[in-house]
Amino acid sequence: MTAARTRLVLVSHSDALARGVADLAGQMAPDVDIVPVGGLADGALGTDFERIEAAVVGAPGEVCVLADLGSAVLTTQAVLEMVDDDIAARTHLAPGPFVEGAVAAAVAAQGGAGAEALVGVVREAAAAVATAAGAAAVEASPAAAVPSGAAPGDVVARTVVVVNPQGLHARPAAEVAQLASGLPAAVTIAGVDATSVLALMTLGSTAGTELEVVARGPGAAESVEAVVGLVASGFGEV
Amino acid sequence: MSAVTGVLDVAWARTWVQAAAVAVADAKDELTELDRQIGDADHGFNMDRGFQAAAAKVVDAPAETVGDVLKLVAMTLMSTVGGAAGPLYGTAFLRAAKVTTAPELGPDDVVALLEAALEGVVARGKAAVGEKTMVDAWTPAAAAAASARDAGADAVGVLEAALRAAEEGAASTVPLLATKGRASYLGERSQGHLDPGARSTVVLLAAALEAARA
Repeated sequence: MTAARTRLVLVSHSDALARGVADLAGQMAPDVDIVPVGGLADGALGTDFERIEAAVVGAPGEVCVLADLGSAVLTTQAVLEMVDDDIAARTHLAPGPFVEGAVAAAVAAQGGAGAEALVGVVREAAAAVATAAGAAAVEASPAAAVPSGAAPGDVVARTVVVVNPQGLHARPAAEVAQLASGLPAAVTIAGVDATSVLALMTLGSTAGTELEVVARGPGAAESVEAVVGLVASGFGEV
Repeated sequence: MSAVTGVLDVAWARTWVQAAAVAVADAKDELTELDRQIGDADHGFNMDRGFQAAAAKVVDAPAETVGDVLKLVAMTLMSTVGGAAGPLYGTAFLRAAKVTTAPELGPDDVVALLEAALEGVVARGKAAVGEKTMVDAWTPAAAAAASARDAGADAVGVLEAALRAAEEGAASTVPLLATKGRASYLGERSQGHLDPGARSTVVLLAAALEAARA
């Protein structure tokens, strides 16, 4: 996974929107190649087949595309139907919320996730957004928190107190998610998947909050230690 | 190269595209107004941009079959329309191009063209009949074309039947509730309006018939 990170292509009707979301996502993923493709070549609102095609075809490796509305999605699908099979095979369109999906995908791509994995990350972002919006009907994916391969006996839990004044806001949440995605065990914090930056942010943990960190599977003890250590460190904000 | 009346060959296909460009330009304000009522008010503008570009391309581009012309239209629409109509009509023309490799289209070929176009629109837009989209015009058009062919109509007769059914299909979208595309955000307020994509489908099929009678 030390090869080129997955490129993110952000397709929007609006140039300003695509660039803005690219800036936002890039803040938490400095090494990810994020390509905004917004509006038409003359600056009007719309989606530009040729620029999407160029962003997909010109990538050195895997590509994950996020699109905002209707024609952005349809045009991306049309591009994937038209390009060579090998390019289509390494490119994945991730349906989901444009802003939250892009942020979550960028953080995961920074951690080395491939395009197919990013589709899952964006799907989780959709669930997190729905949950935050109070849509109780959308179930969070329990599979993400507990991989089926985890040994049931190997569970370690510890409690840690959030010490930095701002709590688990975007940047610390991204740091935790990045750390957790590289750990051998599956880690949850206060019941949510520790690799999901959005799930962590929706906890709304502020300074003084006690969080239960649970790791399941091989390397559970060291995984818990690593996450507890990072949270207790205050993320360089204390 | 001018089209011969009733012969659906490469010259017809080129004439169709020119006629479509003129018809879409004439309908530009109407399409935009329909789209203003239930969408983002860009359908007329986008279609006009796409078909002006397509007409300019097909004038002297080399083409051996009807499919060659339709493929050129597909590629041009994809890259110039800028709205959902680009990938939708682009895919429709692309699929139609694949089944129109004969130098001159007979009744079977016209049916195949319409069925392939419908399949392309459905594959891209994932809409079904009754969801207030261009599928509501393409579906009856393809079905009526097949019936006319079965009843012994010639290629132009098949096109006529398709156009008539598309017009009825488009009219049927007025009371429908939109569940696909931008209009779906309006919910019940989408009812009582003609779907712009169904209307532009009629404009394109009318141009195809006009070209065949030219």
